[in-house]
Amino acid sequence: MASATPVHPVRHLLRAKDLVDARYREALDVATLARAAHLSPAHFSREFRQAFGEPPHQYLLTRRLERAAALLRSTDRSVADICLLVGLHSVGSFTTSFGKTYGMTPTAYRAAHAPAIARARVPTCVLQAYARQPSSTFGEDTRGQAS
Amino acid sequence: MLKQLTHTQVWVHDQDEALAFYTEKLGLELREDVTVPEMGNFRWLSVGVPGQPDVSITLMAVPGPPVFDEDTRAQIQALLAKGASGGLFFSTDDVRGSYEELKERGVEFTQEPTEQPYGVDAGFRDASGNHFRLAQTS
Repeated sequence: MASATPVHPVRHLLRAKDLVDARYREALDVATLARAAHLSPAHFSREFRQAFGEPPHQYLLTRRLERAAALLRSTDRSVADICLLVGLHSVGSFTTSFGKTYGMTPTAYRAAHAPAIARARVPTCVLQAYARQPSSTFGEDTRGQAS
Repeated sequence: MLKQLTHTQVWVHDQDEALAFYTEKLGLELREDVTVPEMGNFRWLSVGVPGQPDVSITLMAVPGPPVFDEDTRAQIQALLAKGASGGLFFSTDDVRGSYEELKERGVEFTQEPTEQPYGVDAGFRDASGNHFRLAQTS
């Protein structure tokens, strides 16, 4: 029954966005995300941007930075470890992107923030949705690659 | 004073599909399914969690004219598909078991069971784009 059901076309783009939220740790690329949305990569990036206001690789990067910020607040793992844990491979560009987004180095960010969970029992899905920062111009964007 | 929450509403893309999803896949029970010819075949469709008779979920089709003009309807449907609707939070005694069972039935999970400061939870969506949490709180 489900297979015969008409689904709004944008619903397939949401599946790709959900995939970013679930698998940001992995080496996701635009082709993988496009497959989840049943679209060609070029068409997919355009449609994603139209639906969600930013291209998919940028959504992925800001998700990774948000997860990194959460790990900085809630764990004592090193900056290099956290960089790898969120699916990024260059500590240098991670630190640069993080600084552009959060206005300080990862280490300074860690020192400045107590864990949110100390203040309220907010579900993690809500924290993730609200804590992701809008992007500035990232060096990573220019390649047009998602990872 | 307000006494009790009795119904909460979710927009759905297709009521027949939604009824099958919420009952056959999620295991909710059908509460009301009434079509009213004199109201343009408006269909009041509600389901609920077995054992929780005092809270129902109304599965509403997005209406066109005269309730909403076609543009408005299309906008609501698009927002729904983008995941911009609110969510429903369910609890369970065994989130990992429930996850396996629901996944087996074809439920689209957005998050596998994950340890959280408040317990273990998972996330899933319906075909319309509505978002649900399934939590086993500690």
